[in-house]
Amino acid sequence: MDLSIVPLLAILVSLAAVPFILLSSSKPNLREAWTVIAGLIKFGLVLTLLPGAIDGNTVELHLFDLAPGLPLALKADPFGVYFAVIASGLWIFTSFYSIGYMRGAGEKKQTRYFASFAVCLSATIGIAFSANLLTFIVFYEMLTLATYPLVIHNEKREAINAGRKYLAFTLTAGLLLVAASAIIYHYTGTIEFTPGGVFGDMELPRNTMLVVFILFLGAVGVKAGIMPIHGWLPAAMAAPTPVSALLHAVAVVKSGVFAVTRMVGFIFGTDVMAAYGLNDILIVLAGTTIILASLIAFAQDNLKRRLAYSTVGHLSYIVLGIALLTPLGMTGGIMHIAAHATMKITLFFCAGAIYVNLHRTEISNLNGIAKVMPWTMGAFAVGSMGLAGIPPINGFFSKWHLILGSFEGDMIIPALVLIVSGLLNVGYFFPILYRAYFKKGEGLEKYGEASPFMVVPIVITATLSVLFGLFPNLFFNFFDIALLVSESLFNGGTP
Amino acid sequence: MIESHLPAIIALTFVLFSLLIPLIGIWTKKTAHPLAVLGTGLATAFSLMSFITYMNTGSIRYFFGGWEPPVGIEFVYDGLSGFILLVINSVAFLALIYARRPGHMEFKGKETAYYALAMLMMLGFNGMVLTGDLFNLYVFLEISSLSSYALISIGRKPAPFAAFRYLIIGTTGGTLYLLGVGFLYTNTGTLNIIDMSAMLPMLVDNSSVVTALILMIVGIGVKAAIFPMHGWLPDSYTYASTPSSLLIAPIGTKVAAYVLFRVMLYLFGVDLTDAVVPISYIVGVFACIGIIYGSVMAIAQTEMKRMLAYSSVSQIGYIIMGLSLANPFGFAGALLHVLNHAVMKACLFMITGNLRYKEGHSNIRLFNDSYRKKYPWTMASFSVAAISMVGLPPLAGFFSKWYLALGTIDNSNWLFLAVIIVSSLLNAVYFFRILEKVYMKNPDADAQAEPAKEIEYDDVPASMMSPMAVLAIGLFVIGFANAAIVTILLDIFPM
Repeated sequence: MDLSIVPLLAILVSLAAVPFILLSSSKPNLREAWTVIAGLIKFGLVLTLLPGAIDGNTVELHLFDLAPGLPLALKADPFGVYFAVIASGLWIFTSFYSIGYMRGAGEKKQTRYFASFAVCLSATIGIAFSANLLTFIVFYEMLTLATYPLVIHNEKREAINAGRKYLAFTLTAGLLLVAASAIIYHYTGTIEFTPGGVFGDMELPRNTMLVVFILFLGAVGVKAGIMPIHGWLPAAMAAPTPVSALLHAVAVVKSGVFAVTRMVGFIFGTDVMAAYGLNDILIVLAGTTIILASLIAFAQDNLKRRLAYSTVGHLSYIVLGIALLTPLGMTGGIMHIAAHATMKITLFFCAGAIYVNLHRTEISNLNGIAKVMPWTMGAFAVGSMGLAGIPPINGFFSKWHLILGSFEGDMIIPALVLIVSGLLNVGYFFPILYRAYFKKGEGLEKYGEASPFMVVPIVITATLSVLFGLFPNLFFNFFDIALLVSESLFNGGTP
Repeated sequence: MIESHLPAIIALTFVLFSLLIPLIGIWTKKTAHPLAVLGTGLATAFSLMSFITYMNTGSIRYFFGGWEPPVGIEFVYDGLSGFILLVINSVAFLALIYARRPGHMEFKGKETAYYALAMLMMLGFNGMVLTGDLFNLYVFLEISSLSSYALISIGRKPAPFAAFRYLIIGTTGGTLYLLGVGFLYTNTGTLNIIDMSAMLPMLVDNSSVVTALILMIVGIGVKAAIFPMHGWLPDSYTYASTPSSLLIAPIGTKVAAYVLFRVMLYLFGVDLTDAVVPISYIVGVFACIGIIYGSVMAIAQTEMKRMLAYSSVSQIGYIIMGLSLANPFGFAGALLHVLNHAVMKACLFMITGNLRYKEGHSNIRLFNDSYRKKYPWTMASFSVAAISMVGLPPLAGFFSKWYLALGTIDNSNWLFLAVIIVSSLLNAVYFFRILEKVYMKNPDADAQAEPAKEIEYDDVPASMMSPMAVLAIGLFVIGFANAAIVTILLDIFPM
């Protein structure tokens, strides 16, 4: 293990930008410059960790004791770096997009918005690099708090209620995490993330293990949007669209599934999960969530809400892949973190561009808009078909591995769930494309494509979705890292 | 050489200043406040010196006039009393610095009497903490109580009535304690705590000893405002003047809780306390009921001071719960919470004081988003203190809950663990309610009816701002340095 200060710097850089953002409140261009600079530096710092991660190396940094024997420790292992690359990379696009969106929509209190956004990113990278549960809790709660001002951004009654709902769910989750961590610390004496789990050969009563697992599941399941504790996510769509794009499709919810992976692979360990049958609970919940969320998505006329339920479903793809406890399933789950991130952020970006440009939020009003916004809707088509699992977009690649993983574990039902869900995805995305491309629109004459600040990020993320589908190892060796992580979690292949 | 006299010097400082203030007050009233600050400052410095001495050389038993117990009276300066002294004196020091302007506004012309009484009350508190003699403790208890009745009655119209009610209830409590001491004295023939603790194990089966213990717990419980003996507290804290509630709320109940620590863990010891009846568990259950009751009542309040008063009922429950766990983590968690709660509550009462000073009220219903602009620093401190009260890392409040949670798990006491979690959520309800009001526009208000005049910065003067800021920053410092504090506290644990 090497020592390195880079993980800490990567966390702090966006936090350090906050005072600058606040101080340049009256100069919007300067203020946004700080965001972009911080984003670029952060991404650069994370990238310097990437070569090591590809080789399977881990760098560590122990700062000081948070509690006796429990340090505030950072560890950039391959999985953490993988997540950090996705989150910090997409932040850059979101920053540009935010500029276009916030100015285009004439939103108030933009300083608070950009400052909170920077804090969120610090927290997300902190989550990625946490070496133990206590450090993780610190950043997990920080993310909760920093997201709150973004959810209630427009300060309307609906947003405030959404904010309350959000806090009620996430604060409860945080407390369950504290309880679960304390219990694990009591039994094992360590809460450090360890590939293979912290329990070792320890035998715990089945019921105790079950209680700890359920506490844990409640804690990480909220942010991962596992039904029935997903309710905050559709409500949080009251936030401005860039927030929904980066936080409610990438940073916050992916922190949730990241936490699920940490729990399954690094706290309980795949052996313990299998021995106590804990993964069955997870498979049932995830499978149900995938199907139900897809069905509910049909009923949503509001575009963002439909995307939100689609997010709920796709998060459970990842959870399912992890819960299969097979190397291929794990690989597929981890790959889907990146795949869903690039595709869903594209879709949300499109929804935001449509809103800012045409002031339309309902799907039934989207007739014929592909004529005026060809780039946006083209990207939307790529993202939505990718989510449905159509090759060559990266959603296909991860889903392929998920299905293989299901067969590898001799399980048919998860594979069926994934296939049915793919059809449902086509079912609820296709009407949008149909309306946009084939129906005749009204009142669109005076509109054109959205501002370049928004369209360029949209096209880039859509292109990335295709590129990563064709070349999974392009730029960042995501596939190699996913394989590496998943191998490290299984002792010699299958459990 | 002076080190060995430090315990006596700390208490005598307050004696000196309680006499000096009225004497100089004959000529001029202006010196009362500076002298009180000076006196408490000196006492804080001495407390710090003694604590450093304690860390280097261990406990100090100070025999007055060289008369050894059981003939003479002794002061015991050990880790527990040293820690509590440091907490109460430093918080009182900041509270008194703050008190000048609100005091000038609320009880102009009575300063001499007021600050002399404050010094007497501090003498009582310090004496209670230091003394090694049960009867002497009663004397100091009455000194502090009588002066606090007087301090509370200096306030708004209902204050004398609240103080009178407190007097009746408090005196009853004091008398019950004295009765308990009387029972113990007839059985053992000594009043010295250390002597008596050596004799008590021989009297395990003596029912009068058990009765004495219960009487003492109930009597002190009144002072500590343990549910259901808390009835005096909400009125007293609400109607007392700002400086009085600021002095009494963070400190008063803590000293009483300290006496319970002395009695249950040092005088009787865990085994003896629970020998006949599981007293610690029963006390813990009452603490739990108090935690929930206090939080629920706090949610129901519209007056901020009253809300904080009920919150105190709840928070004192945490301390008593930690005591009742009687294991190292529970003990350390409870003592850390003594510190945290003193800092948080002092900060919060200063914030209400600021609002009363500027707005003339602290009615939550009238709070609005202009406060954010008018009092940015006050409101920033409020956010910090509120988040710490809710218990989110890395602020101080999280860590006392973390250790308490570890303590409950060590005892396999799941009920208490659940109470900690539920209560944190309830805390979130009543604090975020205020944050919502202060940081967001009222969404139901008519957008057209906005006041035309520009809202300008109008925060409190430095003499009020700086103590508040020190406390708010202190919450971060305690949070980050808690490992060091808790290591010391774990060493203090008597078993």
